[in-house]
Amino acid sequence: MSDIYLNEKFIGTVKDPIGFVNNVKTERRNGKIPKELNIYYDDKSDEVYIDTSKGRARRPLIIVENGVSKLTSEIKQGLEEGKITWGDLIERNIVEYLDAAEEENSYVALNEEELTKEHTHLEIIPSAILGITTALVPYANYSQTPRLNRGSKTQKQAIGIYTSNYLVRMDTDVNILHYPQTPLVRSYMHDISDYDKHPAGQNIVIALMSYEGYNMQDSIIINKASIERGLARSTFFRPYSSEELRYSGGLIDEIGVPDKDVKGYKSEHSYRNLEEDGIVSPEMRVEEEDVVIGKTSPPRFLGELEEFSIAANIRRESSSVVKHGERGVVDMITLSENEEGNKLVQVRIRDQRIPEVGDKFASRHGQKGVIGAIVPETDLPFTASGVIPDIIFSPHSIPSRMTISHLIEILAGKVGSLSGRYINGTAFESESEEDLRKELLSLGFRDDGTEKMYNGITGEEFKVTIFVGNIYYLKLRHMVANKLHARASGRIQLLTRQPIEGRSKGGGLRLGEMEKDCFVAHGASLLLKERFDSDKTILHICESCGMLAVVDSHKNKRFCPKCGNNVDISAVELSYAFKLLLDELKAMCVYPSLKLKSKYD
Amino acid sequence: MIEEFRGKINGMLLDEFEKEANAMKLTKAQREKALKLLEKRYKEYKINPGEAIGVITAESFGEPGTQMTLNIFHFAGVSELNVTLGLPRLIEIFDARKEVSTPIMEVYLKKPYNTDIKAVKKVAAMIKETKLRELAHEFLINIIKKQIEVVLNKGNMRNLGITEKFLFDALAVKLKKVKIRKASNGNVVLKPDLEEVSLKDVYKLKEKAKETFIKGIEGISQVLPIKQGNEFVILTTGSNLKDTLKLEQVDETRTISNSLFEIASILGIEAAREAIVYEAKKVITEQGLDVDTRHILFISDLMTATGRVKGVTRSGITGEKESVLARATFETPLKHITGAALAGEEDLLNSVVENVLLNQPVPLGTGLPGLVASMKKNE
Repeated sequence: MSDIYLNEKFIGTVKDPIGFVNNVKTERRNGKIPKELNIYYDDKSDEVYIDTSKGRARRPLIIVENGVSKLTSEIKQGLEEGKITWGDLIERNIVEYLDAAEEENSYVALNEEELTKEHTHLEIIPSAILGITTALVPYANYSQTPRLNRGSKTQKQAIGIYTSNYLVRMDTDVNILHYPQTPLVRSYMHDISDYDKHPAGQNIVIALMSYEGYNMQDSIIINKASIERGLARSTFFRPYSSEELRYSGGLIDEIGVPDKDVKGYKSEHSYRNLEEDGIVSPEMRVEEEDVVIGKTSPPRFLGELEEFSIAANIRRESSSVVKHGERGVVDMITLSENEEGNKLVQVRIRDQRIPEVGDKFASRHGQKGVIGAIVPETDLPFTASGVIPDIIFSPHSIPSRMTISHLIEILAGKVGSLSGRYINGTAFESESEEDLRKELLSLGFRDDGTEKMYNGITGEEFKVTIFVGNIYYLKLRHMVANKLHARASGRIQLLTRQPIEGRSKGGGLRLGEMEKDCFVAHGASLLLKERFDSDKTILHICESCGMLAVVDSHKNKRFCPKCGNNVDISAVELSYAFKLLLDELKAMCVYPSLKLKSKYD
Repeated sequence: MIEEFRGKINGMLLDEFEKEANAMKLTKAQREKALKLLEKRYKEYKINPGEAIGVITAESFGEPGTQMTLNIFHFAGVSELNVTLGLPRLIEIFDARKEVSTPIMEVYLKKPYNTDIKAVKKVAAMIKETKLRELAHEFLINIIKKQIEVVLNKGNMRNLGITEKFLFDALAVKLKKVKIRKASNGNVVLKPDLEEVSLKDVYKLKEKAKETFIKGIEGISQVLPIKQGNEFVILTTGSNLKDTLKLEQVDETRTISNSLFEIASILGIEAAREAIVYEAKKVITEQGLDVDTRHILFISDLMTATGRVKGVTRSGITGEKESVLARATFETPLKHITGAALAGEEDLLNSVVENVLLNQPVPLGTGLPGLVASMKKNE
């Protein structure tokens, strides 16, 4: 007897579970049971699960009976002529939807040719086994799965045009590519997902070779002239918003240019871009720390101030400031109200991002890298026909990663650009490499895609032929401009006197425990000390009790609070963090006594 | 001539050199040249004073450790035998865990037994432990008589070579305070030997009786003879060196366990030291990594230097550091600070961590040597 569960609830038992499941499936196809129902028999626990709940992922598959696909050639023809719709296919039991559980009970064939009697279903197209972004990878069946995962992951990070009304939107963290193109080597998914309406890359000329050692370890060489022509140029938008909040006691924030007597007033220079209404004017250039929306808020602790302070009406400065390390041009300003009826000001800053050394690029095959050098066109290698590559890619990135699809895309892209057509690169159903090679040969090129190239600096011919072709390249949204960070001195934490953390606050870069180990392993003792003395302090220690002594430099007096005046007091240099530890020990009633010794005894 | 170099070069190296030189039949001039080269190289490879070997050793294990695959189990050549390998096993070794997650023995056999598969299988059967459960069809509880009736599986008993007499003798030894007798239908009847027998006692006895050890070596749940070169080796799941080494067929010079504490208690601390090296090396080579043997030797020396196996943990060698601050920086700072406060401990700031904490030069490398200058006294 097998238990039956309907939507995870026990509803009864059945003697012949397999027969029962088959009956339910037949009745579902006969239309007596809703098509939204899925049934699954688990032979390990001998339980039948019926699911009709919402939120399950279901996918369509072609039904197979006795080893024959129900999608016959007549139906295919009907589909092509537009006589049959998708709805008809489901109605006529040619296609049915399975959920993850029912899939476990079925045997799905990838291609029609491999159908046997045991098969229950057939994939609509073989690449339906892939997800949306993975199906966008051309020639995906030629690469390893981990590379496809990375390839689809990088596609999600690519800069493109995510929507065509971006100019009237106030989204955060927006990047727009200036001249997006649709890929030459495509898959069915590009058509299905309307990729042409929101493309995220550009077709470029790529050469697989090394160049002066600047494309080591996955970095790429990029053609300066290509950049100047607008390759991989993008715009970054960042909105700043501010609202006039209402506080208790009828007080309200005020958007406007703050008065000079406001608490926390920045320099006059910071407010120079503001108009009379306290908002920057459009198309104004702004730098980091510049005010874009001037605002003042009422004082925080009103009651106390009124009692003790004469300046009861001192307001606080609470303007919106351009983020640390950013700059741009004021793009759009909106004035509106939010749900509570408060005045809301939004300012959008735009900044053009021209590719620079350190920006990240990737192909669609998990081959990502940063720009290692931007080289003038005159110094780059060229082919016999005078073609100069946009990007030079290191051949060392290929063998260990085995991304054959990357190489085939270059070849296919070359054929596509020369013959002026799109190449079908859908996984499992792509145009064959052999055909591409033949076509390339007929176009007057070597069939392996390589070409004779000449050194751009000396003009000498290279001894080997170089693999050149076209590939769809993506600019990823990780750009150095958003990441570059260094500091010499700056703000410190109040408690430990060590530098604060974080790029946006101008903090320090931590030399961590493992980095410390590295210094120790090299025996660089004094260098280590120097690195760690960001919080060094001079402590005065009473030599008789070993506790901190008091040094009053105004009165030129030194004494120990415990032992009095007639004791030796010595100054030692220690880290402030250690002084803090000593204080904490004292707070928990542990007496840490420092015993001093002269370094030179 | 070799004697001239005694004191300059390690004695063991010299002995080895002598052996090799004799084997290669070197002339006197050649020997002298070779010895001079050896001396030069020996000096070059000696570790300099102030070299941070501890940190270098730790890094030499730590960095490859990050590359190790994290799958815990690996099949040691055969599908039935799982062994913990990789990072979890390495941690197990260096932490010197008392309980090994997958105890294993490699039992080597003496000359006449190790080539004949039949003889090997016989020894394997002797080693494998047999419990009463394996000899019984079922355990019945007679509620009225408050006793257990064990229905014996005669076939299994014959296969394992256990006679009824042997079984009764073994039960008599293992089950104390239990009346054992044979019923007329051949069943074994067990009854708790108590004045008042409750049903709970009977149930407890049933569970105990199932796990009663009858024959073989306790703790060895699986045996697997495999061919290694031209002899057979028995791999076991579970480890019991003490009893295994007592068997006359077993080659006690080569048989090993992967339990460090068992080796230390039976074969001594030197054997445990070797075992640490062997086991650590096994993990590292299995992962396709390369760590210099001297790092492993250094760790194993440290772990066994006190005569007992101690792990690199706060209760082991790290917890034995002299400096209070160094111990407090590692783990459980409160314990060490309160302990030091109660005992009035003094920290001499002789080591690395405490000096980093105080922002002082660490006594290593460039921070180690002091400069002494003799000044002319003013008259």
